[in-house]
Amino acid sequence: MDTIIQGKAYVLGKNIDTDQIIPAEHLVYSLSNPEEVKLYGKYALSGVPPEQGGLPEGNIPFVGEGSFSSEYTIIVAGPNFGCGSSREHAPFSLQVAGAKAIIAESYARIFYRNCVDGGFVIPYETAENLAEVIKTGDELKIDIEANTVTNLTTSVTYRLNPLGDVFSIVRAGGIFAYARQENLMGRN
Amino acid sequence: MAQTITQKILSRAANRKFVDAGENVWLNVDILLTHDVCGPPTFDIFKQEFGPDAKVWAPEKVVVLPDHYIFTANEHAHRNIDLLRQFSAEQGLPNYYDVGTERYKGVCHVALAEEGFNIPGTVLFGTDSHTCTSGAFGMFGSGIGNTDAAFILGTGKLWEKVPESMKFTFEGEMPEYLCAKDLILQILGDIGTDGATYRAMEFDGEAVYSLPLEERMTLTNMAIEAGGMNGIIAADAITEAYVKAHSSKPYEIFRSDSDAPYHSVRRYRVREMEPVVAQPHSPDNRATVRSVQGTKITKSYIGSCTGGKLTDFMLAAKILKGKQVAVPTNIVPATVKVARALECETFEGITLRQIFENAGCSIALPSCAACLGGPADTVGRSVDYDVVVSTTNRNFPGRMGSKKAGVYLASPLTAAASAVTGKLTDPRDFL
Ligand code: SF4
Repeated sequence: MDTIIQGKAYVLGKNIDTDQIIPAEHLVYSLSNPEEVKLYGKYALSGVPPEQGGLPEGNIPFVGEGSFSSEYTIIVAGPNFGCGSSREHAPFSLQVAGAKAIIAESYARIFYRNCVDGGFVIPYETAENLAEVIKTGDELKIDIEANTVTNLTTSVTYRLNPLGDVFSIVRAGGIFAYARQENLMGRN
Repeated sequence: MAQTITQKILSRAANRKFVDAGENVWLNVDILLTHDVCGPPTFDIFKQEFGPDAKVWAPEKVVVLPDHYIFTANEHAHRNIDLLRQFSAEQGLPNYYDVGTERYKGVCHVALAEEGFNIPGTVLFGTDSHTCTSGAFGMFGSGIGNTDAAFILGTGKLWEKVPESMKFTFEGEMPEYLCAKDLILQILGDIGTDGATYRAMEFDGEAVYSLPLEERMTLTNMAIEAGGMNGIIAADAITEAYVKAHSSKPYEIFRSDSDAPYHSVRRYRVREMEPVVAQPHSPDNRATVRSVQGTKITKSYIGSCTGGKLTDFMLAAKILKGKQVAVPTNIVPATVKVARALECETFEGITLRQIFENAGCSIALPSCAACLGGPADTVGRSVDYDVVVSTTNRNFPGRMGSKKAGVYLASPLTAAASAVTGKLTDPRDFL
């Protein structure tokens, strides 16, 4: 896996629930048919009320009109990101849109598990709410080994909480890759 | 070492004597639940990872209950049902409940209870966040994503971090104007939508144990609204009677040790509590009904796994009998069994169905319906600037359809009282 993730930040507030990440009406598309998969990219974060998307200004869509992917690679948010339903379509749609990592103050458990076990995006937690200091469009650089994120636009570096127990699953690329590595796929 | 009920159940599932909060353990899974939204992608991942001819670990332990997008013309939704049907046939799954047949049940969490899959002491995972509902039976139930579910399908196992437990004790005798919904909305207002993240929520106290199972399920159902991993209520005689009436499987009753460690303990006296709502757009945005009394509504919705059980309709009928609703009111029974019960259960000699029809409500077919918005042709879906009072569990922006609509989560008593006046109304005005 890469040890550096670099890209533009997309900033959101707190309690971004899975209905905002991918509204329920879109859950009907196939997650394996490539043509339909593109729709998950198109509608990623489409349930966020417009004024609350792309903070601090707001009214910046994650995915532009008519596009299937986002120019933003790193999502920055407040506490309790991904609360609500268990739909794995949520981290999946963020990945399809092009997101590589999320930096949030905290996560809801199922969303966090889904990010890690499905190997979709890396969910980083931070001690402080970086959504208050990073602006949508800032260029960020995550150093996975050092557990830091640097805002290249302002030249400030912040600490990320270490991934801890789940780092081995993240590094393997998901629970299946990890389980194969560790010989855990048996049935006894 | 002293353990909570959740620790004890997870110890059993991990083949251990003791598991500590914070530890990651591999659990043997007793039941895996899935439905029409998450089943097809789960089966895809299963085939990708275990091979196209792989067999699930234990066909009798996989329960497939289509419920989300059932009565719609949406072709993608139909295709998802086809995929469930195909996989269940291929794998010979005995517990597939096909749409359009007499096996169809309705909303999965309520159907699990009715069909005897909720067994005290066992571990259930499901591809639905409200899988925590089953915790009302003194078991561990928790929601997971498709990848985790596919892993279980192949191996029968999953890793989980043992949660710390938070205890919520409700003391005293339940007054007739309060419902389980008021209790859980009260807690949500106190601890917030992330107040129990990665933790177990354990409910007890005289008021909880006086409730029928369906009402207890309303408490555990909404544990996820506080971010809880699971909600749990130790089994008692009421639970045992229910389980014996619905299943012949053996069960094991666990209780927390008196000196078990808790993250926190909260006590409530139900006599001092009031009917409450969660205002738009968050389940923790609590207000007493009295404080928002008079707010105009455009719809009332009584349904879902939280608020579409027989007990919910019995409560609503108390208020709706002999009255007329002032706004469109959707009655959405969670399951076929509940729908049938509306025809035979009576209040003051009149069937619930008759009471609702006389009041001018529309009765829908059993499914999740507009609880999660759903395809455009879904019954009860909110439109434009609708203001809905609803017995469902979530009121995030757009949850019931329109992003501009506002949803007040409420008890069935409050939803019924408000339907009659067309404004948010404290049920005490009618009782
Ligand atoms: S009724 Fe609502 S909350 Fe319950 S399972 Fe269906 S969509 Fe989910």
